[in-house]
Amino acid sequence: MTEVPPGARPLPTTRTTPLDPPPELLERQRECPVDRLRYPDGSEGWLITGYDQVRAALADLRFSSRKELLRSPVQPQEPSAAKPGFFVYTDPPEHTKYRRLLTGLFTLRRMNQLAERVKEIADDALDAMERTGPPVDLVPAYALPLPSLVICELLGVPYEDREVFQHNSTVIQDINTPIEQAYAALEEMQNFLAGLVERRRAEPSDDMLGGLAAHEELTVEEVTNVCFLLLAAGHETTANMLSLGTYALLTNPDQLALLRSGGTTIEAAVEELMRYLTVNHYGPIRAVVDDFEFEGCPMKAGETVTLSAFAANRDPKHFADPDRLDFVRGGRGQLSFGHGIHQCIGQQLARIEMRIGFQALLDRFPNLHLAVPQEDVSMRDSMLIYGVASMPVAW
Amino acid sequence: MRVDVDRDRCCGAGMCALEAPEVFDQDETDGLVVVLLTEPPDTLDDVVRSAAEQCPSGAVRLRE
Repeated sequence: MTEVPPGARPLPTTRTTPLDPPPELLERQRECPVDRLRYPDGSEGWLITGYDQVRAALADLRFSSRKELLRSPVQPQEPSAAKPGFFVYTDPPEHTKYRRLLTGLFTLRRMNQLAERVKEIADDALDAMERTGPPVDLVPAYALPLPSLVICELLGVPYEDREVFQHNSTVIQDINTPIEQAYAALEEMQNFLAGLVERRRAEPSDDMLGGLAAHEELTVEEVTNVCFLLLAAGHETTANMLSLGTYALLTNPDQLALLRSGGTTIEAAVEELMRYLTVNHYGPIRAVVDDFEFEGCPMKAGETVTLSAFAANRDPKHFADPDRLDFVRGGRGQLSFGHGIHQCIGQQLARIEMRIGFQALLDRFPNLHLAVPQEDVSMRDSMLIYGVASMPVAW
Repeated sequence: MRVDVDRDRCCGAGMCALEAPEVFDQDETDGLVVVLLTEPPDTLDDVVRSAAEQCPSGAVRLRE
């Protein structure tokens, strides 16, 4: 029998149920919330799974986000430098410079002002579903177009071009995509966006693309990459929360009934769905630049640290009975948007989209249900952002 | 309770305005925190504490 050296095990990824973390991941949380981790390239680093520890690490600026220092816990690829403008992969003061360009554009008030438009977009998609008649695959009919259309409108990207983004985004997110193909897909998206940015430089516009392109101190490449991040994040994450969240609602009839009867608020339900589902299953990821001690553990320069928000959101030390979807308890404090200076800049938009998205869907179809047996709903197992691949529903 | 904010630390996530809109807002241009009530009434203690706790960057500080 091969002896596994203590603390040098790879990231557990084998799930036994569609919505719960791999049992081995939670075992490691119980045993050692700050644990050694073997990365696919053979190097060793850390895996942090405890809620308090993940939250503390996310707020700790000694952990770096620089991409050239980060290894993936699930893909055996060499760390590579981020292109200019990929601010999620930078540390202060560089990060601050980019983030401050965006904070004024994503305020709670501005996002709340989009509520009416989000509702119209949701209603249009629901009208189309009704015209088609059941069964309908909720993913392409509702979960994907709602956030896609919203972020395309906000940025000023022609919605007709959404297929370029959706296709390439899927290719990039699939952990089984060969690296050359992923880079080709990335390049195609960047080239397209760069064209839009250049056009905005010539002819200013008052959408977000126009606003960002007007920053003369930024190169076209920087603006393009900032927009790329916003577009990619706006497409993938909320879409998967809408589809996976609907799956969770339809397979937890007690919680669905509670929400329908007004026994809880949509706000609490959305936070709890965020906590329970944590669609980012493999991160966030950080790196150690200089040696330091964290929670009594020696962090060594050059090591990669995987922070499992997925495990942290199911930590019984923070959330009582964490594997139960519980709208009364609510998910306040969930780490799905991250924590610290990199916390999701689009989170207030995502909240609006989810609150309106779930509510409009449930209001329209009082008898919404899965049109296939629960176990036949296919999950996006190989995606960096988890979700359902397709989900036929009827009403 | 007295509310102090550090705009240099603020990352504009909007959590304070979400948790305690009576006490916090975001600047229209830069999105950074703005305090509406530096000494909020006791009735708001819970939401103000929650806002400080939910602030991702540690920009909201409370003095009891």
